[in-house]
Amino acid sequence: MIYLTRRAEFSASHYYHNPDFSAEENRRIFGKCNNPHGHGHNYTLEVTVAGEVDGTTGMVLDLKDLKAVLENEVLGIMDHRFLNKEVPVFATKIPTTENIAVEIWKLLAPKLPAGKLHRIRLYETQDLFVDYYGE
Amino acid sequence: MVFLTRRYRFSAAHRLHNEALGPAANSRLYGKCNNPYGHGHNYSVEVTVCGPIDAATGMLIDLGLLDRIVEQEILDRFDHTHLNLDVPSFKGRVPTTENLCVEIFNLLRDKLDAKNGSARLEKVRLEETNSNFFEYLGPSPSPVEGAACEKR
Repeated sequence: MIYLTRRAEFSASHYYHNPDFSAEENRRIFGKCNNPHGHGHNYTLEVTVAGEVDGTTGMVLDLKDLKAVLENEVLGIMDHRFLNKEVPVFATKIPTTENIAVEIWKLLAPKLPAGKLHRIRLYETQDLFVDYYGE
Repeated sequence: MVFLTRRYRFSAAHRLHNEALGPAANSRLYGKCNNPYGHGHNYSVEVTVCGPIDAATGMLIDLGLLDRIVEQEILDRFDHTHLNLDVPSFKGRVPTTENLCVEIFNLLRDKLDAKNGSARLEKVRLEETNSNFFEYLGPSPSPVEGAACEKR
């Protein structure tokens, strides 16, 4: 079994707000992240696929294909976007780093060979990242 | 189930020296790290917690709470100290980065378990330098079985 990781970067803005909470609760729970005008991050995404090395190609997965899937499914819809307002799933789901990592898994898994996606690691800053393994 | 990792930094001095061994044995075992005046490092500690995402907040853990726990339990205790001389738990115990990593895990686990609903401490990763780091997932003989969350 070999693990292959490809890194990609995107920049986006977001804010944290739950309409079921009062304004005071939103401020208390989410702090600065509740600013309704949003704020932004340079996200670093690491996508890890796992599998056996193909005897013919010597590869786990064609990196060109992985790059294209990343471009089409993630960067194309999230890069330089206001996540709450421009990415439909985050109209109703708070775009925390936890939730973004899970959504990226859901976007990528169906586009990659079955069982190949191993881990999504999403850095919000150099000092904060989330890992998701699909369950 | 998600795993969230946050990095913190502190600086401290230490000396690797075992009182039960003689000077020659200490020098042979620990080399430069046995210098009686001690030396220091910029430590980087990565704290990983795991658990389900809270549906109402979209978060695994309140990062402000995690920061406060790490500040109180780790940074206030170790930052800008001499580990051998200033930290009681290293009296008679060599403050290797292995021992420090385990100490940090134990200090955080109890506080995190007490203060958080479903988030659990998964791992402490402690970097002594860019080239050396140590990871501790808890006291089980098997990290896979002993981890707070199912491991990969």
